[in-house]
Amino acid sequence: MTSLSDSATVSAVERKTRARRRAWNDRLPPLLAVVGIIALWQGIISVFGVPTYIAPTPGEVVSTLVSQAPNLWKNFVPTALESLTGFFFGNLVAILIAVAFVHNRSSERAFYPIAVFINTIPIIAIAPILVLIFGNGFTPKVIIAGLICFFPTLVNMVRGLRAVSPQTLDLMRVLSASKTEVFWKIRIQSSLPFLFAALRIASTTSVIGAIVGEWIGSNFGLGALIIEATYNFRSPLLYATVLMAAAWAVVLFSAVSFVERRLITWKPVSEH
Amino acid sequence: MTMTQAVEPLPGPTADAAVSVRDLTVTFDSDAGQVVALEQVTVDIPAGGLVTMLGPSGCGKSTLLRAIADLVEPSAGAITVLGKSTSEARQARDFGFVFQDATLLPWRSALDNVRLPLEVGGKASTVEAAGRPEDLLKLVGLTGRESALPHELSGGMRQRVAIARALICRPRVLLMDEPFGALDEITRDKLNEELLRIWQETGTTIIFVTHSIPEAAFLGQKVLVLAAHPGRVRELVTVELPHPRKLSMRDTVEFIEVTAHLRALLESC
Ligand SMILES: Nc1ncnc2c1ncn2[C@@H]1O[C@H](COP(=O)(O)OP(=O)(O)OP(=O)(O)O)[C@@H](O)[C@H]1O
Ligand SMILES: [Mg+2]
Repeated sequence: MTSLSDSATVSAVERKTRARRRAWNDRLPPLLAVVGIIALWQGIISVFGVPTYIAPTPGEVVSTLVSQAPNLWKNFVPTALESLTGFFFGNLVAILIAVAFVHNRSSERAFYPIAVFINTIPIIAIAPILVLIFGNGFTPKVIIAGLICFFPTLVNMVRGLRAVSPQTLDLMRVLSASKTEVFWKIRIQSSLPFLFAALRIASTTSVIGAIVGEWIGSNFGLGALIIEATYNFRSPLLYATVLMAAAWAVVLFSAVSFVERRLITWKPVSEH
Repeated sequence: MTMTQAVEPLPGPTADAAVSVRDLTVTFDSDAGQVVALEQVTVDIPAGGLVTMLGPSGCGKSTLLRAIADLVEPSAGAITVLGKSTSEARQARDFGFVFQDATLLPWRSALDNVRLPLEVGGKASTVEAAGRPEDLLKLVGLTGRESALPHELSGGMRQRVAIARALICRPRVLLMDEPFGALDEITRDKLNEELLRIWQETGTTIIFVTHSIPEAAFLGQKVLVLAAHPGRVRELVTVELPHPRKLSMRDTVEFIEVTAHLRALLESC
């Protein structure tokens, strides 16, 4: 009680400046690291005289980002759409299957091994198969992006839906709650932290999935641009493309984190 | 001062008993074979009474409480609650259960946690008879913390929320399994006094499991002492202290005599 009133006497202004200083202190080290790496990159290339086709300088990459902007944008849009669609459907299917598994143990016993098996095939090996089946359009890329999201989300969601303490289940039984009520009032919320851990992984891997899909006989997308730039030794364009893909993954990751912070305002209760 | 259950076996369910346990045996199948958690337990809990339960660890206190609440299936014997079977009593919302840790839903505010029993179980009739969540939080002394999330509350406050939640449907039998076991002594004393006040205000029958001899003697009109391996009734000790009780009564000769007797019983278990 006394500590509560003590902290209440700290003025609001002081608390705000303190919070701002803390935020600045949090952001400073990564910012310095990025600036340092770029400087090092520029330095190494000038000192050793590395030719542009092997590695461009940061300046060349930036100027390519500007001069090639229309080309980059044209190829960025399909990749972004594929990864987003794959992210959505891959996770949706994973969540629905997880619900089915938790609801019905024999469905889990029947299909979990199949899911594990599919997961063990490298995505690089599945991609050509899907391109043969679905052709050269959006479909195989979306499927690959979705497939890459699917398994981590399935595993995490099953774990999350089961992460209910036996005591909470006892409580619900004393209240004569139905299975459906336990699902909607308890399991969904308990699974959210697990789900978002998986979605954060999926936000970046779905971009990887889309790009891998575009590597195989595709004539659009950042993946195709990467292949083309590599074969033509246009390394500034290659770097600029990679940067675009990374930036998109960061955007997706931040969006997931933002929704997570909005949705999960609670913390698990630690005893003592 | 004392009476021994084993000497005078009771006949059928007693009319004025809220909970009546007859020859209850509970066995569990485990990897090491069958475990007899309770054997031939017979006891009556009077309506409106407050009975505490003491016994060495593993003697089946929780199992007895859980059998009464229809969370554990008896292997033999019978339990009647207010003249009904345990599952009928559960469905009629006759029970409130308070666990050792508060078991609050961490994403719900204190008030919404108290409200949970009104949202599940499809019992419109009990919802009408229920108290208002705000009033229940007031009863346990948590006015002003309605919107706090569980992680923002202390252990004692969380346990108060759990008690409010257990009381919202006006249960006729309140089952408490070491509810204050994880709390410090001062908080525990305070909650003990409050529990006695709530008991007298609501007239609920309370069965209260504890490991603490002073707590058992201070709260209980009677103390049910269980012996272990297998779990069975050792003695039902009556505590001759008047109500309402004050913490200072723990210094009286009567209180010290009762606790000494309970300690001797536990040591011989
Ligand atoms: N679900 C279960 N499966 C198997 N054995 C169990 C189960 N629940 C309880 N037991 C066993 O039954 C016995 C009584 O357990 P119980 O939890 O009722 O003891 P307790 O008196 O509450 O102990 P404590 O004071 O430590 O809480 C123990 O030997 C325990 O191992
Ligand atoms: Mg126990």
